[in-house]
Amino acid sequence: MTIDYQIDDPENANLPHPNGHGPLGADMERRDGRDKVTGAARYAAEHAPDGLLHGVLKRASGMGTVCLTNVQEVEALAGVRLVLQDERMIRNAAQGTAGEAPVQGVDTADYIGQPVALVVADSSEIARDAANLLKVQSVGDDLPVLPKHGETDPDMQENSVTGKPQDAFDKAPVLVDATYTTPSLTSAAMEPHAAVAEWDGDRLTLYGSLQMLRYNRAELADCLGIEPDQVRLRAPFVGGGFGSKLGISADCVAAALAARALGRPVRVVQHRRQVFEVNTRRSETRQRIRLASHSDGRLTAIGHEGRVSNLPGEEFAEPLLQASYFNYAAPHRLLRSEMVRLNRPAAGSVRAPGAAVGVTAFEIAMDELAQKTDVDPVELRLRNLPDKEPGNGRPFSSHRLADCLTEGRDRFGWSDRAAQPRQRREGEWWIGTGMAAAVRVNLVMDAEARVRLTPEGRAVVETDMTDIGTGSYTILGQIAAEALGLTVADVDVTLGDTDLPPGSGSGGSVGAASTGTAVWLACAEIRRDIAARMGRKPEDLELEGGDVIVGNDRRPLMDLLSGETLSGHGKLAPGEALEKVRQATWGAVFAEVAVNDITGEARVRRMQGTFAIGRVLNQRTARSQAQGGMVWGLGLALTEAMVHDARDGHVVNRDLAEYNVPVHADVPYLDVCLLDDQDE
Amino acid sequence: MKTVLTINGQQVSLDIDTRVTLLDALRDHLGLYGSKKGCDHGQCGACTVIADGRRINSCLTLAAMHDGETIITVEGLAHGEALSALQQAFLGHDGMQCGYCTPGQLCSATAMLEEARAGRASQVTDDLTTPAPLSRAEITERMSGNLCRCGCYSGIVAAIEEVAAE
Repeated sequence: MTIDYQIDDPENANLPHPNGHGPLGADMERRDGRDKVTGAARYAAEHAPDGLLHGVLKRASGMGTVCLTNVQEVEALAGVRLVLQDERMIRNAAQGTAGEAPVQGVDTADYIGQPVALVVADSSEIARDAANLLKVQSVGDDLPVLPKHGETDPDMQENSVTGKPQDAFDKAPVLVDATYTTPSLTSAAMEPHAAVAEWDGDRLTLYGSLQMLRYNRAELADCLGIEPDQVRLRAPFVGGGFGSKLGISADCVAAALAARALGRPVRVVQHRRQVFEVNTRRSETRQRIRLASHSDGRLTAIGHEGRVSNLPGEEFAEPLLQASYFNYAAPHRLLRSEMVRLNRPAAGSVRAPGAAVGVTAFEIAMDELAQKTDVDPVELRLRNLPDKEPGNGRPFSSHRLADCLTEGRDRFGWSDRAAQPRQRREGEWWIGTGMAAAVRVNLVMDAEARVRLTPEGRAVVETDMTDIGTGSYTILGQIAAEALGLTVADVDVTLGDTDLPPGSGSGGSVGAASTGTAVWLACAEIRRDIAARMGRKPEDLELEGGDVIVGNDRRPLMDLLSGETLSGHGKLAPGEALEKVRQATWGAVFAEVAVNDITGEARVRRMQGTFAIGRVLNQRTARSQAQGGMVWGLGLALTEAMVHDARDGHVVNRDLAEYNVPVHADVPYLDVCLLDDQDE
Repeated sequence: MKTVLTINGQQVSLDIDTRVTLLDALRDHLGLYGSKKGCDHGQCGACTVIADGRRINSCLTLAAMHDGETIITVEGLAHGEALSALQQAFLGHDGMQCGYCTPGQLCSATAMLEEARAGRASQVTDDLTTPAPLSRAEITERMSGNLCRCGCYSGIVAAIEEVAAE
C-alpha cells in the first residue's frame, strides 16, 4: 500500500501533532556526525572494488574540433589501459532535474576546459602522468566569450509588465536608476566530483557525488543508452553540492563507459581545477534596477532588467527576477531578462540560484533609495511590504519579512548605528553597518519514502534522498520518531541508494519539506495499520515512548506487532497549492564592517541573521544551514569572483588558492535567530 | 620504494611508487579514507594529518619522505569508542555539515592547540615575549588553512574555544 498525497490546498493541519516535547524540532546532534568526526563516513571516491582502475579526464586547451594526436603512444605506456574518446561522453554536467542526457560528444570543444578524453591506468599516478602526455589539438574559429559579443537567445527571455512603469519612472518624485554587475561564481564543494563504476553483466553500480539520484539515474542511463533500471546509483555521503552536483557529471559517464570497455571497475575523480570548469558555474550578471518612489520612500514603480549568459544548448537561465515579482509592493512593475550565448563553461544552479545575485542587487538599490529619501533602511523596507502578491493578488502562505526585519534590528542593535557614512572610526578603521532583506521562493517536489517498523520496535526509513550536509539523515529520523512515538535512537535511516524509493533529492531547498513529508506519509500508513489492529481510528491513536495509547488503554508497540513488520510507503506530489498561494522564505541580515582607511581592506566584525523558513525540524542543523548561507553572502560581497580570460573565456582562477572562498579569519561569530513559522 | 610508517600507533610497511603522496598512501594503499582529498595542492587543508607532532598537508608531501615517522590521522584521534574532547565538541556545536573538511579541521585543531600551549606565536599575536591567550582571533588565524565551504566556521570555532578553555 502507498499513501499518496498531493498538496492542492494550503496545508495547515499542523502535522504530525507534536506534543511539544517530541524529537521533531529539537536541538539535536547530527546523526551521521560520529561517522564524520571519526573518518568513518565514506564518500564516492572512497569505494575500492577489487581490480579497480584509475581514470583521469583530459581537458581541451582550445575550442573547436578536437584531435588527439598521440593516442597509440600513450596507450603503449606501461600501466596505461585505455585512452577513451566516446560520443556518449558529456560536454558538461547536466542541469538540475534534467532527467536526460546533457549535450554529448567530446570530439568538439565548445569551451576551454571541456573534457575531451579519459585516460585509464593501473594507478592514479600513472593515469595522471599519461594524461599529461596526451596531446590535444583543437582546430576551429574563435567563438564569442564576452557578453558584448554574444547573441541574445530569443527563446530564453523573460518579459513582464504591470501597469505603466515607464510613465511612473518619468514622473517619479524620487528615482534610483542603477546598474550592477556580478561576476561568475562557483560552488566549489569541498569534495571534488568523483565516480566509481562497476558493471555486473549489463547492470551498472556507480558510487557518485550527486545531489538528486532519481534524476541522475535517468540522466546516466540516457547517456549510456540503457534503461534506468540497469543503473544503481549510490551516494551515502556527499561532500557538499551547492548545485554543482545536481546533474550527472562528466566523471560518472566516463567511468561507466571505461568500466564497460575494460571489464573492470574504474574510478574517476575530477581534479580540483576541473571542478571549476566541467561543472556548472553561476552566470555573471548585469542588472539595471529602477526604483520610483514618493518622497517618503513608498514605491510607485519597480524595474529590474537583467542579462545573464550560458553555453549554447543549455536550457538554464539564472532566474534573476524570481523574487522581484513579489518582494515589494508597487503599482507599476517592469521585469525583463535576457540571455546571451557564450562559449564559457556552462552556467547552472549555484546555491540560491537567482536570489543570491538578484536579491542582492535589488537590496543595494533599496539602500540607494533609503539614502535619497533619508528614510531608515529598515523602515523603508517595512513601508513597502505587500499584503498580497503584487500583480495577481495571490495570498502569501506566510509573510514574516516584517518580523524578521524588526527582530533582527533589535538583536543587532541597529538603533545605535550612525545613519551617515564615516561617523565612527577606530584607529585606521572606519566602522559601518548595513542590512538587507532576504527572500527566496519555496517549492516542493515529488518524493517517495518507505518506513518499516520491525518486531523489535525499531523503525527503518529508506529513500534515495541524499544528505549533502543539510541534515537529511537527522531530520528524517526525527520525523519518523515523532510520528511513531519512538526515540531517534530507535530509528535507522538509509539514504543515497536508487534501489530505495525515490526521494526528492537535495536541491532548491526542497528536500526537508518534500522527502520529509513522504516519510511522514509512510508513517501515517503504519499508524493506520496499528489503529486497525486495535479496532480504532488512526486519529484516536497516540504513540509515545514505544507504547500505543488509546484512551486509558496503553500497551507496548512490540506486543501489538507480535513478530510482524509493518511497512508504509509515502508518496508526495506537489499540487495546486503552489499556484493558489505564494510561498516563500524570509530573512533579514545585519552586518557591522570595518574598512581600513589606508588599504581599503574590509573585515566583517559582526553579523546577525533572522529567518522565517517554515517549521524548523532541528534547531542545530537548521542554524548551521543559515550560517552557511550568511558565509556565502560574505563571500559573494567580499572575496569571491570567477575570472574569465577576456580572449578565450577560460577560467583563470580555477583553484582554491586563486578563487577565494571565505576562510576562518574572514568570518565572525554569526548570530542566527530562527522565527517560529508555521502556516496558519 | 620501501617506507615504514607508524600510523595511529600501528607500524606499517609499504612498498610504493615514489610518486605516491602521503595522502594517497593513506587512502589508496592503506584504506584510511578519513583523510580527505579536496584540492591535492595544499590549498584547502582537508588532508591535514599530524606527522611527528606537526600538522601538515599530506597531499603536498611524498610518503617516502616520512620513512620512520609517526603519523596521526582522524582515525587515530579517538581512544577506542571514546571520542576526543574536540571530536565531542564538534558534535555538540555542529561544527560540520557535509563532513568533508571535518577530518582536516580536527587534525589541524588538535595540533594547533598543542602549538598554542607550547607558546608558538601566530600572524596576529601582538606580543611575542609572552604566550598569547587563545582568543577567537588567534584561533581563526591559526585555522585559516582549513577551508569549509558549507560555512560551519561558527560551530567549528565554538568547539575549539570550548576545548581550549578546559
